[in-house]
Amino acid sequence: MELLFDSLFNGVAIGSVLLVAALGLAIVFGLMGVINLAHGELMMLGAYTTYVTQLIFKLPILKPFYNSYIIVSIFLAFIVSGVVGILLEKTIIRKLYGSPLETLLATWGVSLILQQFVRSVPLAYGTGLVISLIIGLFLPTTFPQKIKESINFKYFKFSSWIFAALSGVLTGGLISSTVSKLSRASARNVDVTAPSWMRGQVEILGTAFPKTRLMIIIITLISVIAITLFLNQSAWGMRIRAVTQNRQMSDCLGISTEKVDIITFGIGSGLAGVAGVAVSLLGSVGPNVGGNYIVGCFMVVVLGGVGNLLGTVFASFGIGIMTDLIGAGRLLSIWPDMPLPLSNTINFFATTSMARVMIFALIVIFLQFKPTGLFPQKGRMVEN
Amino acid sequence: MSLSKIKFDKKIVLSFWIILIALIIAAPTLLPVFRLNLLGRYLSLSIVALGVDLIWGYTGLLSLGQGIFFALGGYCAAMYLQITSSSEFPNNIPEFFALYGVEKLPFFWEPFRSPIFTFFAIWIIPALVAGLIGFLVFRNRIKGVYFSILTQASLLVFFNFFNGQQKLINGTNGLKTDVTQLFGQMVGSASMQRIFFWITAILVITAWFFAKWVVKGRFGNILIGIRDDEPRVRFTGYNPVIFKTIIFSIAGGLAGISGALYTVQSGIVSPQFMTVPFSIEMVIWVAVGGRGTLLGAILGAVFINYAKSLVSEALPASWMFIQGGLFILVVTALPEGVLGWVQGDGPRNLLQRFGLKRKIETYPSLEVNNKEENNE
Repeated sequence: MELLFDSLFNGVAIGSVLLVAALGLAIVFGLMGVINLAHGELMMLGAYTTYVTQLIFKLPILKPFYNSYIIVSIFLAFIVSGVVGILLEKTIIRKLYGSPLETLLATWGVSLILQQFVRSVPLAYGTGLVISLIIGLFLPTTFPQKIKESINFKYFKFSSWIFAALSGVLTGGLISSTVSKLSRASARNVDVTAPSWMRGQVEILGTAFPKTRLMIIIITLISVIAITLFLNQSAWGMRIRAVTQNRQMSDCLGISTEKVDIITFGIGSGLAGVAGVAVSLLGSVGPNVGGNYIVGCFMVVVLGGVGNLLGTVFASFGIGIMTDLIGAGRLLSIWPDMPLPLSNTINFFATTSMARVMIFALIVIFLQFKPTGLFPQKGRMVEN
Repeated sequence: MSLSKIKFDKKIVLSFWIILIALIIAAPTLLPVFRLNLLGRYLSLSIVALGVDLIWGYTGLLSLGQGIFFALGGYCAAMYLQITSSSEFPNNIPEFFALYGVEKLPFFWEPFRSPIFTFFAIWIIPALVAGLIGFLVFRNRIKGVYFSILTQASLLVFFNFFNGQQKLINGTNGLKTDVTQLFGQMVGSASMQRIFFWITAILVITAWFFAKWVVKGRFGNILIGIRDDEPRVRFTGYNPVIFKTIIFSIAGGLAGISGALYTVQSGIVSPQFMTVPFSIEMVIWVAVGGRGTLLGAILGAVFINYAKSLVSEALPASWMFIQGGLFILVVTALPEGVLGWVQGDGPRNLLQRFGLKRKIETYPSLEVNNKEENNE
């Protein structure tokens, strides 16, 4: 019994990382039919945000609050990845609407650029750039209505971008002069250390669980609940659901699909950032950190189907539990005296990489029976 | 006047081919050994690009997993070379097996003792694997982005499998072919490499003609029909599954040949051939060259790889930026690719923009055709 409980917990832990990472991907895919290959790199940005936040909280002024840096970094990571995502949508993805394969390639290009960016630009100036992006994108929206409607609004916009650029350079310079670790570019992996209250283990029902894993499960839980509430209770959530179901009809009924696209993409990317925080707690952070998770996320989206968060939840926990069951060869310890050929097969697949092979085979078999995933969208149309 | 409409004189075509063949024959004397080797490798990559063009440019299936078939072809060739030159090693099996305590050749490598079997295996095995994967996916009408993601996932699965199996295929170290022997000659030697270069050049041209033959006629029309409107093709009474499976396995076979040629010229095959970035790169060669134009795929593969090696030699860090930029640029600004742009209305539009060419007020193709007829 204890063994089963242990296995279940491990599976849920693996699944919750997958879930928080795939959540954003699934929402965007459901709405726009676009798979964002740069999703993993948005996760990486979130992970690096955690690292930068941690170092900044080590400064003497913020030292007393050091223990809470992880909470702050969740919000910061959401904002950073979200803003980069919004920029991506505004500049590239919008132009490619209706051609998902081209979007796939363009976002791959973005992911290459982002990877090389964190390798060759010092993190301090990267932070500065992100800050100027945030100011430049959001300052114009805070202007009073009178200015927004005037013909000279573009000059206001322009000057706010100049202001944004200046403040970005200033913060970049400030950070690089105070935190020496951030002032030089490096391709090496960095480590995020959990604050003291998150180290160690907790005992529940006689089994010890690492606290970081529990923290990730809590982060995932909060994200899922928040997104569900947002989609089901708020006005914009309703608009998003409407556009997901029928874009043309929603457009006709006066919903600004453009705004819906931006908001959805921003939230989806922001969730990738939150996933990045979770990932940074599990291992070291490097330019390639997103790539390790991204294919798992795709599998979740394919298995879960689109347009229904429940599918994403079931798919990620399913994949997580199966990964643990197969990868750790747990069936063998649950049923020790099984026949030899069976146990040999199980041992053959009992590594992380071979578990992936097995899971993929299972998913392909599953798709033979339910090609549109666990919870397909209902409707009658020629799918095209 | 667009390029595709020009009818070349037979003499011009003939002299073009003579010059091309002369260049291929003379290349080993014109180029230093290192550059010749690079050119040979890039030419072999253009064969896999042809396959990508067939499935993506003509049929609209964006596969991000061509690396599987590429590597399979490479492994077949490398294993044959390793086995034939293993007579000095204990148990008459390749050296690396001894490291893992394997004493007998794994059963599925047994047939690779025969050169004839290997010759066929290099392209038939990848084609069969591609056909199987394709059939399982297409049967369920999985397409578009889903298809791309599934191919990428299967790529990763193959990568994991090949990476982890030391006892069967030397795992992450891969199989070296440099010091193996073929017909009594060392594969890595300069004379052998020269022969491989010629073989590659001949096969590229053969593959080009083969691909041209495939997309010609009714079969090619159905492929284009599937790309542009698959439900309509289905409603007309064709079964798209069969056509998609066939073209996908043709592309797989081409990838296998390409992988084998690339392996013998680069001296090693390893699971690195199955990494995700490499397979997506194949798509960008075709995209830049011009999808739906077979020549574009060949030129794109050769030129982009050449540019890659030149840029990486000069400024190692900047290639990723350039490549990323290429991906974005080619889909937003140049969706037809360079060759497609030249063959289409690109040059005319550019000239019009600078006021060098009179604007056409009516339906463009009509106007052009009339003029041509008048000139004649």
